[in-house]
Amino acid sequence: MDKQTPLVDMRDIHISFGGIHAVDHVSVDLYPGEVVGLLGHNGAGKSTLIKILSGAYQADGGEIYINGEKAEIHNPRDARKYNIETIYQTLALADNLDAASNLFLGRELVTPIGTVDDDAMEAETRKIMAKLNPNFQKFAEPVSALSGGQRQSVAIARAVYFDAKILIMDEPTAALGPHETQMVSELIQQLKTQGIGIFLISHDIHDVMELCDRASVMKNGELVGTVDVNDVTDDDLLGMIILGKRPEGVTVQG
Amino acid sequence: MQNQAKNLINKLGLDPRLLGMIGALVAIWVVFGIFTDGRFLSPRNFFNLSVQTASVAVMATGMVFVIVTRHIDLSVGSMLGFIGMAVAALQVQVLPDLVGLGHWSVWIIAVIAAILMGAVLGAFQGWIIGYLAVPAFIVTLGGLLVYRGAMWWVTEGQTQAPLDTTFRLLGGGAEGTLGESLSWIFGIVAALAAVALMLLSRRNKANHGFAVKPAWAEGILLAIAAGGIMGFVWIMNSYPISKGAMKRMTKAQGIEYTDGMVWNHGVAIPVVILLGVAIVMTVIATRTRFGRYVYATGGNPEAAELSGINTRWLTVKIFALMGALTGIAAVIASARLNAVDVGLGTLDELRVIAAAVIGGTALAGGAGTIYGAVIGALIMQSLQSGMASVGVDAPLQNIVVGVVLVFAVWVDIVYRRRAGA
Repeated sequence: MDKQTPLVDMRDIHISFGGIHAVDHVSVDLYPGEVVGLLGHNGAGKSTLIKILSGAYQADGGEIYINGEKAEIHNPRDARKYNIETIYQTLALADNLDAASNLFLGRELVTPIGTVDDDAMEAETRKIMAKLNPNFQKFAEPVSALSGGQRQSVAIARAVYFDAKILIMDEPTAALGPHETQMVSELIQQLKTQGIGIFLISHDIHDVMELCDRASVMKNGELVGTVDVNDVTDDDLLGMIILGKRPEGVTVQG
Repeated sequence: MQNQAKNLINKLGLDPRLLGMIGALVAIWVVFGIFTDGRFLSPRNFFNLSVQTASVAVMATGMVFVIVTRHIDLSVGSMLGFIGMAVAALQVQVLPDLVGLGHWSVWIIAVIAAILMGAVLGAFQGWIIGYLAVPAFIVTLGGLLVYRGAMWWVTEGQTQAPLDTTFRLLGGGAEGTLGESLSWIFGIVAALAAVALMLLSRRNKANHGFAVKPAWAEGILLAIAAGGIMGFVWIMNSYPISKGAMKRMTKAQGIEYTDGMVWNHGVAIPVVILLGVAIVMTVIATRTRFGRYVYATGGNPEAAELSGINTRWLTVKIFALMGALTGIAAVIASARLNAVDVGLGTLDELRVIAAAVIGGTALAGGAGTIYGAVIGALIMQSLQSGMASVGVDAPLQNIVVGVVLVFAVWVDIVYRRRAGA
């Protein structure tokens, strides 16, 4: 990576819950068109770190810079202002609403008199779903009636539709079959070419080796290090995740 | 045969649950009709039923939002009493000195005061629930006790009467109706509006290229809607005003009363208020961001929060709205009785919650409709009035209503499980 301005620069972030350092002075960064994998065991602090960026949690300390400027992110609305979109592991869908209502939740299209324009939203939803998942047909049903893959495409559509510059994907393929996983991989490649920066949280090393440019590994709330995936082997990454051991002979940031 | 019926319902795009509720309502009416030799099905009874339902139904529309967001409001009955008493005292003791007894502005001031008072009290409860994170059950249980006590304090327990004459019209009665001709006009306007709305929605859908119902299905629905409205007006217009009231009214209007003169009631003003509230609440529920957020928060509070919805502020707004509706209901209830004593509104919270729940509002949150709550209130009131007119003892009435409530919710749970929703 040439040293341009990072899209996201999280510096010295820390947060604790009831005396436990969930994230302990961690710094990570992300450049345009780059995919950075966040690796670690359950409870390593990856999701917590990323929820600070998406506004769901507020850090006890540390700074976030977006495009080199200091950003104040206090809630999910603030994060959306910086074009940060998140696909949560839980998908964060309101099960009782249909796909269009979920896609536009919090950002509804309205008619000139200020009422929500369901027909227009459904039309837009049909357009984007035709690109993302052409088999998707259940526009009238609540999303509780959808399969895991279909729900995932709604969550992805929501993140992609609103011109995300920074995309956070928390275990995007955890609940998916092989075909849908392939779909997500292709989507990530496509978004990269558009200059979008992606944080990909995963505990699947193969995913990370295949999709990511760099990988930041966390253990017990601390950053073990950030490496270029082309410089390391699967075993190097495993060593970082399990033992917290930095690989030798490789440039490690952080 | 069964499949054909299902097919027809599908084509018409009707909600099977709505049909079920209407079916239950009609069954109740028919049964009581038989037991009362048709008295229960008389225009007179339907008029009374519509007036008696109004106050609880108005509150039930607000309770839908409260329950959809997984809260509960146990305070509405006491709040209704407190507001009713305060507004009655305002009319009886305060306003006559300020603007004069019987002044034209008395009823307007009283209504505005009632709505404002409800909104402020509700907002305060919502603030405690949303921002201080005290469970709604506890906050409103406290409210139940506080308002009932405060009600007594307003007048040291004295009954307040009589109320302003114009104010009383809001409670129904012989004078408190639209009258015959206005009722017909009201019916025609409402029917035309319903038809126009349905056609507009159809055109919008067609413009976007979505599938629309077949024309014949749309035609049947239009006919049902328009026919239902006009049928209701016709029934209300078939209930003659009693001789005593006629003499009073003709005298007030300076018309000479003669034997054989017949005036009919028409649609009662509280029913017009209820219809207005129900329409506004339906628009809020289905056509505004606020309504969308209410349902989203009920379906998945975490997802709503992550989508940038300020769920705490939303809670304040929901309870403020519930309070404002309680204010309207207090106006209707006190105006109907033309007096407020310390018992006004007792146990209304349970009637309101039961109406919303019988109407298909899920206590687990996320689901519920305004029309369902109104029909639920009508079912409850029909049961109660029906048993009273058949001569069922009051204790047994409570037993039946209690059993029906539990049974109705069980049926709803079974239905949801089958429908997989």
